[in-house]
Amino acid sequence: MASPKDLQFQEFEEAAELLSADPGASTLSMSANAPFATVGASTAGEDVRLDVSEDEEGQEESSELLGEQKPSGGFWTFEYYQSFFNVDTLQVLDRVKGSVMPLPGRNFIKHYLRSNPDLYGPFWICMTLVFSVAISGNLSTFLRQMGNSSYHYRPQFHRVTIAAIAIFLYAWLVPVGLWAFLTWRQGAERQIGGYSFLETVCVYGYSLFIFIPTSILWIIPLEWLQWALIVVAMVISGSVLVLTFWPVVRDDSKVMAVGTVMTILVLHALLAIGCKLYFFQTPVQTPSSPLTPTAPLYFFQTPVQTPSSPLTPTAPVNYTNLTVKPH
Amino acid sequence: MASAQEASRPFAAFSDVSIPEDIPVEGDISVPVAPSTRDDGLSTLDEPVKETVLRDLRAVGNKFVHVLYPKRSSVLLRDWDLWGPLLLCVTLALLLQGGAADSNDQGGPQFAEVFVIVWFGSIVITLNSKLLGGTLSFFQSLCVLGYCIMPLTVAMAVCRVVLFTTVETVGFAVRLLVVTASFGWSTFASTAFLADSQPANRKALVVYPVFLFYFVIGWMILTFSP
Repeated sequence: MASPKDLQFQEFEEAAELLSADPGASTLSMSANAPFATVGASTAGEDVRLDVSEDEEGQEESSELLGEQKPSGGFWTFEYYQSFFNVDTLQVLDRVKGSVMPLPGRNFIKHYLRSNPDLYGPFWICMTLVFSVAISGNLSTFLRQMGNSSYHYRPQFHRVTIAAIAIFLYAWLVPVGLWAFLTWRQGAERQIGGYSFLETVCVYGYSLFIFIPTSILWIIPLEWLQWALIVVAMVISGSVLVLTFWPVVRDDSKVMAVGTVMTILVLHALLAIGCKLYFFQTPVQTPSSPLTPTAPLYFFQTPVQTPSSPLTPTAPVNYTNLTVKPH
Repeated sequence: MASAQEASRPFAAFSDVSIPEDIPVEGDISVPVAPSTRDDGLSTLDEPVKETVLRDLRAVGNKFVHVLYPKRSSVLLRDWDLWGPLLLCVTLALLLQGGAADSNDQGGPQFAEVFVIVWFGSIVITLNSKLLGGTLSFFQSLCVLGYCIMPLTVAMAVCRVVLFTTVETVGFAVRLLVVTASFGWSTFASTAFLADSQPANRKALVVYPVFLFYFVIGWMILTFSP
């Protein structure tokens, strides 16, 4: 009758044989198995073997397949959504730091998200950005009008609603469109390495973080400083996005690759410039002749209400028709 | 033969068992009567209405006192109720009315906007803390967040009183001080109740939305201009 000690020794020998056969594979399985604490000794052998077969197709795919944590349960259970909030404070701070300091060669998704995209960052960064843009815009309007004796302070609370709609639509619809487009191209090209929908939303959300301090600094009423801040913020934020998406699209045809990246950057720039122009108005002395209430001129009207000319009602702004009047 | 006899009378061995007469057989066959409805803690049908209303008011008042002196007690959490938050939210929204009456879109928040911000803000923060792995129940968290608006409502009342004076900068400085103090108090009080229910490595993730929530409410109070 085999004693338990013999059985233990046999298992170890089998694992040792596999280890000697392919030492590289075992380390992969060890690191990938770390989050899966419930893997028993009997399945360790199977995982090692699985690793050997996956190793031929590339390290990335195996790490993706074994490291990715599939959300548990269906989408109607609470645990499904809880898997999107599986982050600690330090992880969130680390990702924020990565979005502010993009280094070439560091793909945000691969380096910081590591198959654990979260929804906490994008959602609360968007919320903070909404309120920071609205509040800073209100403060900047107040500071500009401080010398004006006829100016009566207004909280302009409707701007919060407009900011919320604009920012949340951007941060959630553009990733949807981009992900759908990339998945369609991936499907056509049979490439591996596309990003999941959550990772796209995550990288867009974190890339908006730089606009929070930028919007606070926009209170300073210096025109050149505001445009310089936009340029800096666009460079940082845009490079996070470009560094993330360029490795995916560069295998595509040149035209499509450059076109995709340019579209990403242009949409991002439209958001930044639109926010700056709508919320942080530069008071231009409007001439006394009555002006037609077109959208660009609305931006440059001061908030002082003259009794004879009622302000045009706030219409939703069509950013693509924006024409900037030169100073 | 003997076995057949024994088979036909299987219980013959027990024929000499007899029940002694002197062991009494006792029992109670009375049907238990239904308990009388005069049960002290459960039946409130017979009490006067004043008593019923006062009990709830006392509970609400008790929780207000707990917000004033935030200790780590479980009374606020155990017996949650949403009367206090509703009262505070309506009071705050009413006090925020009457400002910027001339222009309809450049003014402060409307009544519905205040309501939406307070209630949907609380719900979002509660969902956030539950998704991050918190142990408080949904309504307990709503209760805590709602009751901790009380310092800000008091600050709003003080601000409205201060705004009756026409001294601009001094009045503004006083309002800023009062709103900042009450914002800090609200955040401190609510984190005293909420932070315990979170795992240690996610406390800041839960506290930050609460900070943002009270900051926005404080901003609405500070920028109120009649």
